[in-house]
Amino acid sequence: MATVAPGQTAQSRPKRRRGPGLLTAILVLPAALWYALLLVAPLVIVFIFSFGIRAKNGGYAPAFVLDNYARAVQKSEPFILSLEMAIFGTIGCLLVALPLAYFIATRARRRKGLLILLLVIPFWTSFLIRTYAWLLILGPDLGLAGLLQGLTGADKIQILGTPIAVMIGLIYGYLPLMIFPLYVTLERMDRTLVEASKDLGAGRWATFRQVTLPVALPGLVTGSILVFIPMMGEYVIPQILGYGRTYLMGNALVTDFLEARNWPQGSARAVFLIVVMIVTIAGYVWFVNRGRTTRDVSVL
Amino acid sequence: MTAPAIVASVDRTRLPASRPRGDRWGPLVEGYFRAHAWIVYLFLYLPIFVVILFAFNSATVATADWEGFSFRWFGIALDDDVVQTTLANSFIIAIPNAILATAFGTMAALGLQRVGKRVRGAFDVLTYMSVIVPEIVIALATLVMFATSFDTLNKWFGIKLSLGYPTVIAAHVLFNLSLVLLLVRARLSGMDRTFVEASADLFATPWRTFVQITFPQLLPAIVAGFLLSFTFSFDDYVITTFVSGPGSSTLPLFIFGQVKRGVTPETNAVATMMLAVTMALLLVGQLVLTWQSRRAGRRSAVTMVEIVTER
Repeated sequence: MATVAPGQTAQSRPKRRRGPGLLTAILVLPAALWYALLLVAPLVIVFIFSFGIRAKNGGYAPAFVLDNYARAVQKSEPFILSLEMAIFGTIGCLLVALPLAYFIATRARRRKGLLILLLVIPFWTSFLIRTYAWLLILGPDLGLAGLLQGLTGADKIQILGTPIAVMIGLIYGYLPLMIFPLYVTLERMDRTLVEASKDLGAGRWATFRQVTLPVALPGLVTGSILVFIPMMGEYVIPQILGYGRTYLMGNALVTDFLEARNWPQGSARAVFLIVVMIVTIAGYVWFVNRGRTTRDVSVL
Repeated sequence: MTAPAIVASVDRTRLPASRPRGDRWGPLVEGYFRAHAWIVYLFLYLPIFVVILFAFNSATVATADWEGFSFRWFGIALDDDVVQTTLANSFIIAIPNAILATAFGTMAALGLQRVGKRVRGAFDVLTYMSVIVPEIVIALATLVMFATSFDTLNKWFGIKLSLGYPTVIAAHVLFNLSLVLLLVRARLSGMDRTFVEASADLFATPWRTFVQITFPQLLPAIVAGFLLSFTFSFDDYVITTFVSGPGSSTLPLFIFGQVKRGVTPETNAVATMMLAVTMALLLVGQLVLTWQSRRAGRRSAVTMVEIVTER
């Protein structure tokens, strides 16, 4: 048996691997075409446009100037606000997600499945609907603002239209993206490590810091990145819950492109955002991996 | 639980003093975790319940108190011409999108097994890019590209290309393609190759091996990919709003417009119907997976949840 099997696979393997090149090309072609035309081409166009000037009626006129980048850096308030919101939002998600992921990972098998299903259901439903629902929950009529007004006797408590409402929306909207990877790493964790740590006299906190946290780190990094990226470019939540007053990067981009119709300015802002994001994420992954012998934290 | 007990019976006398203290706090910590979990689940479901509840309110304003149970807003929503058009548009866009994305994504995943490292690396970079670049940037960049290239083409050939169903479908397929590709590739890499080799040893043609061995094993990922793609497209606001034309506006765009003007019970009724569609899909997906795994004679069924969280 053992002598026949390798011989057989050796015979059949090369035939499979080489395969008809035409078939491979046909299989990969549609996806390659889509990536080229709808991902690479738009990004290349935006990169080229970022050096141009605004045409008289709006749009793009060919030129080579760096003014757009200078302005994108000078008027960087939306970017800085986005960065602040995304960082606090990520920390918020982490604080909410970590105990929950740990709780689910330590349940019995059946219970785990149910709890995860209960997480997938809201994640599966429309983001827009889940966001606008907070208008009702935080609102002055029936919601939290009304309740607080009644309790404190204050004249007017405004939650909607403030950064707080946007922050609640951000954490709510992206929480599952933090919970899933954390849960996956904690679920795979060797439970005997915790037992060992306790047997060796470590307290609850020391065990958490020295055993659980390092094990959960890859999930923590993946979750943070998955949450941070969409928060940086968020457009719907500040529009709905912030009444457009919390002016984030997404809103600035839409204003540049559609209202001011200054495509080069918007393009420069977009390129700036992409570059900063790539540098931030790469830096973060490097920071977490430093001092580790194996690179077990990757981007995804 | 049994292994530590053995250790404990040997070493109990020499255990450090901190152990009992840890145990004393045990119930408190466990209680905290439990309470935390309850609050988070409440937090996750409260908005959904609020929307559904107020869709059944008979009051004429969404923000009014509960005035009684009624279906009338569902009737009003279904009679609304705009709701009918945008609902139809949502399906006209979501179905072709799901079919194309699933077909192309699966094909690419299969094809990528047969190519060299360089091509695969290029695909990985592109897939990462579609994840790392924020959705709004891709949406606006795509809009700029469509506008520029349509202007040029229209001038050269005297035709009238404009934004519409095809542009929305094309933009949605880009995102869903990456999703299906990741799901199917994860499934492929976890697949038992011995079946494929056995099939080849038994003189099955490559096509027959694919139909009888590979495809059934990939089916859960393909079904999940199809349903996720449909739901993504059906629920999407950001990309659709920028690359759709005047006649191809979808249900999320209608809801967003209503929300900006002030939520009405009709908004909630439309939203509730949208939730019902996506929930039904989740259920259908689960039924297909259960049926498929029973037919394949596997012991435990693969659930939609496992497929989605596998990434």
